[in-house]
Amino acid sequence: MPVLTVDDIKVEVPEGTSLLDACRQAGARIPTLCYLEGVQAIGACRMCLVEVEGAKTLVVSCVQPATEGMVVHTSSSRARRARRAVLELLLSEHAGDCQSCVRTADCELRSLAELLNIDEVTYQGERTSQKIDRTTPALVRDTGKCISCRRCVTVCNQVQGVGALFPQNRGFNTVIGPAFAMDLADVVCVQCGQCAAVCPVGAITENSVTEKVWEALDDPKKHVIVQTAPAIRAALGEEFGYEPGTLVTDKMVAALRRLGFDAVFDTNFTADLTIIEEGTELLTRLKKALVEDKEVALPMFTSCSPGWINYMEHYNPDMLANLSTCKSPQQMFGALAKTYYPKKLGMDPKNVVVVSVMPCTAKKFECARPEMGRDGMQDVDYVLTTRELARMVKQAGIDFRSLPEQKMDKPLGISTGAADIFAATGGVMEAALRTAYEIVTGTAFPFDNLHVTPIQGLEGVKEASVTIEETVPDWAFLKGATVNVAVAHGLANAQKVIDRIRRGEASYHFVEVMTCPGGCIGGGGQPRLTSDAVRQARIKAIYAEDEGRELRKSHENPEILALYDEYLGQPLGHLSHELLHTKYTEKDRV
Amino acid sequence: MTDDVGKTGCSGCEEASEEELLARLDEVIEKYKEKPGALIPVLQMAQGIFGYLPEVALKKVAKGLGKPYSEVAGVVGFYSFFSTVPRGRNLIRVCLGTACYVRGGMQVLEALKKQLGIDVGETTEDREFSLEVARCFGACGLAPVITINDVVHHRVKPARINEVLAQYAPEAVGAGGRSE
Ligand code: SF4
Ligand code: SF4
Ligand code: SF4
Ligand code: FES
Repeated sequence: MPVLTVDDIKVEVPEGTSLLDACRQAGARIPTLCYLEGVQAIGACRMCLVEVEGAKTLVVSCVQPATEGMVVHTSSSRARRARRAVLELLLSEHAGDCQSCVRTADCELRSLAELLNIDEVTYQGERTSQKIDRTTPALVRDTGKCISCRRCVTVCNQVQGVGALFPQNRGFNTVIGPAFAMDLADVVCVQCGQCAAVCPVGAITENSVTEKVWEALDDPKKHVIVQTAPAIRAALGEEFGYEPGTLVTDKMVAALRRLGFDAVFDTNFTADLTIIEEGTELLTRLKKALVEDKEVALPMFTSCSPGWINYMEHYNPDMLANLSTCKSPQQMFGALAKTYYPKKLGMDPKNVVVVSVMPCTAKKFECARPEMGRDGMQDVDYVLTTRELARMVKQAGIDFRSLPEQKMDKPLGISTGAADIFAATGGVMEAALRTAYEIVTGTAFPFDNLHVTPIQGLEGVKEASVTIEETVPDWAFLKGATVNVAVAHGLANAQKVIDRIRRGEASYHFVEVMTCPGGCIGGGGQPRLTSDAVRQARIKAIYAEDEGRELRKSHENPEILALYDEYLGQPLGHLSHELLHTKYTEKDRV
Repeated sequence: MTDDVGKTGCSGCEEASEEELLARLDEVIEKYKEKPGALIPVLQMAQGIFGYLPEVALKKVAKGLGKPYSEVAGVVGFYSFFSTVPRGRNLIRVCLGTACYVRGGMQVLEALKKQLGIDVGETTEDREFSLEVARCFGACGLAPVITINDVVHHRVKPARINEVLAQYAPEAVGAGGRSE
């Protein structure tokens, strides 16, 4: 293992460690822009220059391997001057105005300018040409602010396997964007927002609807209700100075009431409902295949992640029948909020405004799909990302940290621990197994602390098998069967699973896919920047939330039982089909 | 789309319909799709087939090779060799190598732009001329130099550019330009 000297400190690092990481290990903070931990090290921005004794020129530390005997000076005046020059050049081309930029609080370029003590940009450069693209419901792109770091390109191509973004043209005219600098709406983009999650500046952000939500809240004739996805409570705190992984569920509820929402509900409620519907759907498919010997698409894929749905429609349209027909929890909530809920309260559904808080930009696209509404109304009216909610709280002058702790409202705010874990990769599968196993066997789910550990964690593709020893009479055909499941997160990983299924190398019954790395806790609308360490912390918080509950299985949720009793009838029944299920459309790949 | 292709490349062959051209492209893609690094050669062949790179061909290449359309577009935009607009019947290339540059290559280029009403990389509306720049044809002693369809013109004078163009498209130049 090479030993090197960084600013007079000796460090020993594993073979193949980058000089940047070695320097960090020695306690030196070297500025970076294009580098993205675990995703990209390409030496494009030259922000991370350091001086190495014996080297003629300064060294780009993020791409230089650390080698034996190197003597490194991370903040010699030569290195500092060079970095400053690099940054000044970037700033001289930058067409942005920090005062009116949504990223001003967490912009990496702005904070580097502060760190490097830049009080004047001496270069007079031509500014980057500015084109603002608001064509998608999910995202806004502003090419003038782009510093060509390519993080979005790598994430979109390697992590998501979509490739909506790529450098176009050449030299100073290079723009990072869709083919031929077209609008994002005119190319295939699944709206996941992972590009926006990694962009260091204000060049890609969510398409914000905070003003529309304010308008609804200010309208006395409207009954404005809010649902929050399970991933929000494990991340929102970061926007108010809490450590990643701090649960702020109860303060979040108080904040939403302060903002003026008439009822504070939980997407968790319909996550529990999803488990009942989707679990029944899976068992029905298995029954058709095993007992009735009918043609039925297996494995069944989960359908709660809208970026994944978009991906399937464009990239694997021949397998749309494998997607569960269940709407996502957000849309199940919306459908009930515009039917069951106003009916129960004796209200005109036209006066109900449904706002969602989601970790996700693709949810903005999903809620606008034509099939997600009735009588000329959309079921979900507005989707805010976690970041937008935080901005509204700040805008309202609410001191988040000193808020009291409050609980969600009934009936659409009651949920179980199984719903909490929807936020993490492997969670939907675990929640489904908790319920399906008990329905089929009539005995308690046998896993330690109810966790299926092989499908937890950040491994890209995970697998597990559950053998069913005994069954209740209804499901006798499953006696002795082994159910194989797989879990993938990040669309490139999902495609790997699909390719294995196509090649006949794997035979699963049920596959969970979440679009974003880590699942919803790593969504494109979450507080920036989501590193693997942050993902781990949020996942831990989610499991803690689950474990702290009295009810941890969806089929034990009393309000869900009441909903079937009073309104829906049976899982997969007529009303369920009308309200809770959907269909998919084949789309072009290019 | 391809009226009067006779004057440029494609010598000897009959005019092919778009379907035929796309079928030829399919064959190329079929042959190359498993090979690594196929994108650039396939694009070159596609341009050979169509004379330029129309959108339908580019999308076919993207699908056929399993490449994102943005990457295909990025490569096309990176190399000036590729063109997404049909080229004119006559391709003018202006040398801007050092010798030509020093001896008035830029003025020749400006005169051409003005006369033709197009920018570098563009084609006149009547599809008679396309304009490009190039680096050194190895005729520095005779600078400034331009080529039109591989014919070299020496010591070109900006003021007399019309006379040169008239050799290729007398009517077009006569109608649009003014002779001095
Ligand atoms: S992107 Fe950053 S540097 Fe640019 S205007 Fe926004 S906050 Fe300022
Ligand atoms: S939203 Fe997702 S698919 Fe679309 S450009 Fe961004 S990373 Fe790519
Ligand atoms: S849009 Fe953002 S992430 Fe993408 S290249 Fe530009 S600055 Fe980097
Ligand atoms: S961070 Fe090393 S070159 Fe950009």
